[in-house]
Amino acid sequence: MQLIYEKSTPGRRGIKLPASDVPAAAALPSALLRKENAGLAEVSELDLVRHFTNLSRRNFSVDTNFYPLGSCTMKYNAKVLENAASLFAPFHPMTALLPGGVEFCQGTLGMLYDLGQLLADITGMDEVTTQPLAGAHGEMTGIMLVSAYHAAKGNKAKKKYVVVPDSSHGTNPASAAIAGYEIITVPTASYGDMDLELFKAAMTDEVAAVMMTCPNTLGLFNPHIKEISDIAHSHDALMYYDGANLNAIMGKVKPGDVGFDVIHVNLHKTFGTPHGGGGPGSGPVGVKKALIPFLPQPRIVMDADGKLLLETENKGTIGRTANFFGNFGVMAKAYAYIIMLGREGLIQVSEQAVLNANYIKEKLKAYYDLPYDMICMHECVFSASKQLEHGVHAIDIAKFLIDKGYHPPTVYFPMIVKEAIMIEPTETESKGAMDAFIEVMIEAAQTAISNPQALHDAPLTMPISRLDETKAAREQNVCCIG
Amino acid sequence: MNESHYCPHTPEEIAEMLSVIGVASVEDLFAPIPAELRAKTFNLPSGMSEFETFDRMKAIAGDNTQGVTNFIGGGFYDHIIPAVVDHLSGRAEFYTAYTPYQPECSQGTLQALFEYQTAICRLTGLDVSNASLYDGGTACAEAAMMALRVTGRNKIVVDGCVSPFSRQVLKTYLFNQDVEVIEIAPQAGLLGRAELAALLDDSVAAVLVQNPNFFGSIEDFTALADQVHAKGALLIGSVYPIALGMLKSPGETGIDIAVGDGQSLGNPLSFGGPSFGFIAAKKSYIRNMPGRIVGETVDRNGKRGYVLTLQAREQHIKRHKATSNICSNQGLCALRGLIFLSSVGKEGLADLARLNRDKAEYAKAQLSRIPGVTVLPSITFNEFTLSLPKNAAGVVVALLGSGIAAGVPLGQYYKGSENCLVVTVTEKRTKKEIDTFAKELEVALCN
Repeated sequence: MQLIYEKSTPGRRGIKLPASDVPAAAALPSALLRKENAGLAEVSELDLVRHFTNLSRRNFSVDTNFYPLGSCTMKYNAKVLENAASLFAPFHPMTALLPGGVEFCQGTLGMLYDLGQLLADITGMDEVTTQPLAGAHGEMTGIMLVSAYHAAKGNKAKKKYVVVPDSSHGTNPASAAIAGYEIITVPTASYGDMDLELFKAAMTDEVAAVMMTCPNTLGLFNPHIKEISDIAHSHDALMYYDGANLNAIMGKVKPGDVGFDVIHVNLHKTFGTPHGGGGPGSGPVGVKKALIPFLPQPRIVMDADGKLLLETENKGTIGRTANFFGNFGVMAKAYAYIIMLGREGLIQVSEQAVLNANYIKEKLKAYYDLPYDMICMHECVFSASKQLEHGVHAIDIAKFLIDKGYHPPTVYFPMIVKEAIMIEPTETESKGAMDAFIEVMIEAAQTAISNPQALHDAPLTMPISRLDETKAAREQNVCCIG
Repeated sequence: MNESHYCPHTPEEIAEMLSVIGVASVEDLFAPIPAELRAKTFNLPSGMSEFETFDRMKAIAGDNTQGVTNFIGGGFYDHIIPAVVDHLSGRAEFYTAYTPYQPECSQGTLQALFEYQTAICRLTGLDVSNASLYDGGTACAEAAMMALRVTGRNKIVVDGCVSPFSRQVLKTYLFNQDVEVIEIAPQAGLLGRAELAALLDDSVAAVLVQNPNFFGSIEDFTALADQVHAKGALLIGSVYPIALGMLKSPGETGIDIAVGDGQSLGNPLSFGGPSFGFIAAKKSYIRNMPGRIVGETVDRNGKRGYVLTLQAREQHIKRHKATSNICSNQGLCALRGLIFLSSVGKEGLADLARLNRDKAEYAKAQLSRIPGVTVLPSITFNEFTLSLPKNAAGVVVALLGSGIAAGVPLGQYYKGSENCLVVTVTEKRTKKEIDTFAKELEVALCN
């Protein structure tokens, strides 16, 4: 398909702007002006609409295709959430930051405060900041809080390391690195969780925090989690919970109850807000009491009369991790989702997410190698190792699924599983939709034996076939020269 | 009864699935969680229908003061949003997809992001861009970290005229990184060039400036770029994309890394987000860029297509050695930015910039006629700084009561500027609104 710039005609105008009702200003000195207008598109509105409508049709999405992308929780995004978020479009964030401005923003500040309270209950934390703009941004914020905590105790120089299991999301070590830590990686044991003995050996008083997801990226709940957190605490290391997999445990177990001190929540995963083709997400961070003094500013607090205020002068704060109050529009959707589903609804979300993942796991384990064969939580991880005997890789199965109208599961992650295929159906898929997916997965396994070339050739039904990624990386053509 | 929304199974289906799994109840699936760790309380309120939910949300929005006329900016701007932006970005194929890991079934998102990167490169006059960052503040921080990697140095010099929010975000990001951040005090709303010249040596990784700056002032940083380069440092410029319809581009200025907040490109104010951060740089720095990058390539039949490229920089491969921890970005907001720019178009953006400046210059003339009010004598775009005969914070509160958000009082951010007010006038403000504002301000100053 042509680029929008290739559809442009010099001089063609798009949207009509409001006419000016004021005199034209004197021109600026030419040294301050650009020599020529930026080469933006020059298309009619209909051409524009056709272009982006046709582009959209080149995407798989939750609304058009089953999208069992493990670790990403691609659940249905309720339409009413979009309507709810649009109610807040006109509110300028600076209004709240003006002296006395909170009076004019009690609705929006109140919603953020309430969202924090609801998330604190769900996660077992004492307070939540809504400022972080994505999951990884929440991780970074959380580990900075850990650093401030140790610094306040005079231990900043001593605390050098953050411990992560080798199954962790890549963002965990990357976020800890920004907060100034070196990383210790602990291998996974045969039972599917961080090796407890190796963990004990890694723990010293120089460890600042242990970052974990629970259930982990294999979809398994770590039965030793309390022991791990007790060991961490005995070294004055804090426990960080990566909330990417929270969809499995709502109402069942609270990270705060099992010893976690800091948590980020991915509102775009667990709380039903759309993923936007890569974002925006939202990554509120919950903390235990001991970390409250370090929370980012402005911090929303409630006075004795129930009025919302902004705290901006706290000496202990880590500062500011984003310009304003976070991705408010995303949080409005998540808040609406939580109050709509309520207590029973969220419990059922976790129950059916876990039910669906186990159903797929049982149905497929005769066809695909299941390295950790036990009850899983919200996702299950297979390996294409059986298929590899016929020269078929996980990526070939993924491309076959595309031809059949399915967005592939996450492949090659977690890295500790060879040829990993990580399936997360979420609670919103019907049994019928999953049965159809299971049939196609079985067909892929059978085709791997009968006709491996067919899998290597896939996909054949898309606008393009497999792309040359090496050429892209070598040529670095990331902008249309025009 | 099915208690929950969007969980589709019937009791019969659940029973069938449980028998496939070989457990008696859904509760058995939670057996891996030790009993003593199970939640003892879960106190959320009960749920409701989507209709009741929407009513609740309307009530919450109703608790904010409605219908305020915005003369505030400070990084977020009240601009027009063409109807096509909502409609096209509201295509569920865009907004219910995720990061395009599987390019064959994600060409819509990938091509749109490639077109977005192109728009940002053309707007900034630089060579390479990425698939978006979180916001303007974090984009400043990412650019600074990029400059640290490129130069191997550990000092960042920041113009005090850069948004105080961006400066705070930058400091928070760099706090644990053994980096020295030095701020230059503003001189009458402009960069303190003498102080900077005295500081600039070969230990400086980058100098961060903003154009127009927080006071609204426009400066030419072309000579500064030469000075900075002479010391082997990079010049980072935070820019306002609407102003780039008119102002000298970062590329023409000699800026090495340009960043900014994309809110003004088709994203609503929405109480501060979501918007997006953009970044563009000279090509030689591409391997040090943060975040996702979309690149052009060909498929097996030689047909053009787009993929996420240079992923070896990223956290899912490099882990703690990645150029950034970014995973989710603000893709849909960047798409809105692209649709906005494509709707306004090449000539339209120049017109829009002109309209902003014309309205602001008109307002400047009207407001500076009020007795006791003077205007900071710098060249400006759509924001300018007034000096009032009394404390600006009190005046702003008084005017908010009459439905006018008069501007951002500077006293909170700059000591000694308690009487200063930064006023923003976008194309949406009418002559009538500006005239009313001038009248109300005069009244407020008399009281």
